[in-house]
Amino acid sequence: MTVQQVLFFLFGAIALGAAIGMVTARKVFHAALWMLLAFFGVAGLYVLLEAPFFAAAQLFVYMGAIGVLIIYAIMLTRGMMRQRLPRVNDQWWFAGLLAAALLVVLAWLVWQHPWATTTAAAPADSLNRLGLTLVDPEGFALPFEVASVLLVMALIGAVTIVRER
Amino acid sequence: MLEQFIFVGVLLVVALFLPVVLIGLAWLLRPKRPNPRKSEIYECGLQPHGENWVQFKAQYYIFALVFLIFDVEAVFLFPWALVYNWLPLYAVLEGVLFIALLAAALVYAWQKGALEWM
Amino acid sequence: MESLSRFLAFLADAIVNIGDWIRGLLLGAGLVDPWVSLIMKAIGALVVAFFPLMVVVFLIWAYRKVAARMQGRLGPNSSGTWAGPYGILQTFADAIKMLTKEDIRPQGIDLIPYNLAPILVVFASIATWAVMPFGPRLIGSDLNIGIFYILAFSSAALVVFLMAGWSSNNKYATVGAFRSVAQLIGYEIPQLLAVLTVVMVTGSLRMQEIVGQQEIPLLFQLPVTAFIFFLASMAEVNARPFELLEAESELVCGYFIEYSGMKFGMFYLGEFMNSTAVAALFATLFLGGWRGPWVEQAPILGTVWFLLKMGLMLLLWMFIQITFPRLRIDQMLAFNWKFLVPLALANLCVIGLVNKGITEWFPGGVSTWTRAGILLMTNVGIFLATWGILAALERREQRRRETWRAAQVGEVEVSA
Repeated sequence: MTVQQVLFFLFGAIALGAAIGMVTARKVFHAALWMLLAFFGVAGLYVLLEAPFFAAAQLFVYMGAIGVLIIYAIMLTRGMMRQRLPRVNDQWWFAGLLAAALLVVLAWLVWQHPWATTTAAAPADSLNRLGLTLVDPEGFALPFEVASVLLVMALIGAVTIVRER
Repeated sequence: MLEQFIFVGVLLVVALFLPVVLIGLAWLLRPKRPNPRKSEIYECGLQPHGENWVQFKAQYYIFALVFLIFDVEAVFLFPWALVYNWLPLYAVLEGVLFIALLAAALVYAWQKGALEWM
Repeated sequence: MESLSRFLAFLADAIVNIGDWIRGLLLGAGLVDPWVSLIMKAIGALVVAFFPLMVVVFLIWAYRKVAARMQGRLGPNSSGTWAGPYGILQTFADAIKMLTKEDIRPQGIDLIPYNLAPILVVFASIATWAVMPFGPRLIGSDLNIGIFYILAFSSAALVVFLMAGWSSNNKYATVGAFRSVAQLIGYEIPQLLAVLTVVMVTGSLRMQEIVGQQEIPLLFQLPVTAFIFFLASMAEVNARPFELLEAESELVCGYFIEYSGMKFGMFYLGEFMNSTAVAALFATLFLGGWRGPWVEQAPILGTVWFLLKMGLMLLLWMFIQITFPRLRIDQMLAFNWKFLVPLALANLCVIGLVNKGITEWFPGGVSTWTRAGILLMTNVGIFLATWGILAALERREQRRRETWRAAQVGEVEVSA
């Protein structure tokens, strides 16, 4: 058991445990907090994958921006903060069955797929290469600009929706 | 590359324990005399009255949304800024176009009054 | 004479040499290398974690003293109970007081977020110190993503304030938390864009690289960027004029109303530690970090220069906090979204184009001084352009107001 394996199980456990906590929380605010912990666990997994930029971006965008946004959205819903929601509803057995079937299918897929693994370390300038690819016309320059257009659309949509009061 | 993060991990563990130790020290040292009067919610010395829930203005949500948009934009711009010194001019113009589109979106939100407080 | 020069050589790089000596001790005691490395890192982590604490203990006293003297008072002194010469031990007295105060637990609070919030605030503050460059070879860990790591942690710490505010079961705390987060997320964008400009000009995220590129401190090459970063960081650490959330003399401490004793102490500590971290960050990004004369011969001087620059920024922070009044929340948000963010975006674009233009225009390469000079001119140009735009807007507003006033008196007919 190398240190990396131990850390992988640790962060995986944090992410999964937080996800379970999120779906079983009684109060919606607690669910949001569990979700933030899950994000933190995923960030740790990114670090183990030698992608520290994405770990920091995960903390930055998900915990910083989206976490705040979701908590605000919860608070906007009248009365949501005070209800204690039931943990399960009547069809829980059927949902459990579906979830178990999905788990089996996914586990089988993951197990028998020939993943391309490598033991070489990630290149030290991977972030530089990412930057160069992003603006390369034969690379991802067009998706880069389309992403900007997407963000503009999101902003316009948000302003339009929230303005209709 | 991972060796760099060992220190960060150790520091995070230390950083987590330090406030816990301080609060634990306080827990040991302080008096514990709970009293229903002391446990009331603070409302400038008056009796707390009214609903304990505030009307949450939608304005907060708009600000958070605009922040999210610019946050994601900044994350996209970091790799671009990093390799800026090796980029030809048209690549710099691509980045400037990216920023200009989002600046236009900001101006739109401004003109539509989305950036007013209340 | 020989031993004196050896002693001086030891002192010249004191901290690294002490580290090597401890490592020698550990290896001599028979420990194996991975463990020695780990123990060295643990010792380093303890030092790095305690450094902001020590600075804050001193800073609180210094802040109260400087504030008092600037306002014509005496500040902490020993004229009542003895508190050390010039009242230096006042902070320790305050700390002991906070440790021994009763922790009043208000009814109806949500226990786990309520207790976690102060811990996480201090946690996030200390975590940012892992990548601060204290000297040429003195850095916790020279991460590839150096500055981005700091930004990520200070961004992730935002949600802790919402936790604290909501779990306090107090509507003032909740409103305070909402406003606090609205301010913090707003001012994060210009801070981010200013850092982007610095990254663009220096070409790296690593802190040591950023310091290494600053033969001419970036303050002189990119003054507008430094200005934007400084203002945004003031708002991020809740310093006046952006202190409306904590408003010590008006509100009752915003989102940490219901905290008492050491938990309140944690928030207070976290705020001062954030201010220290921001001062250190500004010193690293714009003032040249540990660079200074004679650093090659005596690297320990690098740490001295770094501390001096950080102290200078803290002095500036204190000075501004003492003299400025507070802004209202709508003024503050308008200032951010309608002035700082467009300015930061424009600054980024202009600097990007000009810098690349220099490279294109002079294919033979340009000396550092010339490039710095051109960038400085560009910044002056941006400053003048901004001033011109603001003045023009002000004139238009003035004219509109005069026309409106004249119309109300009946002198001028204004079409609706």
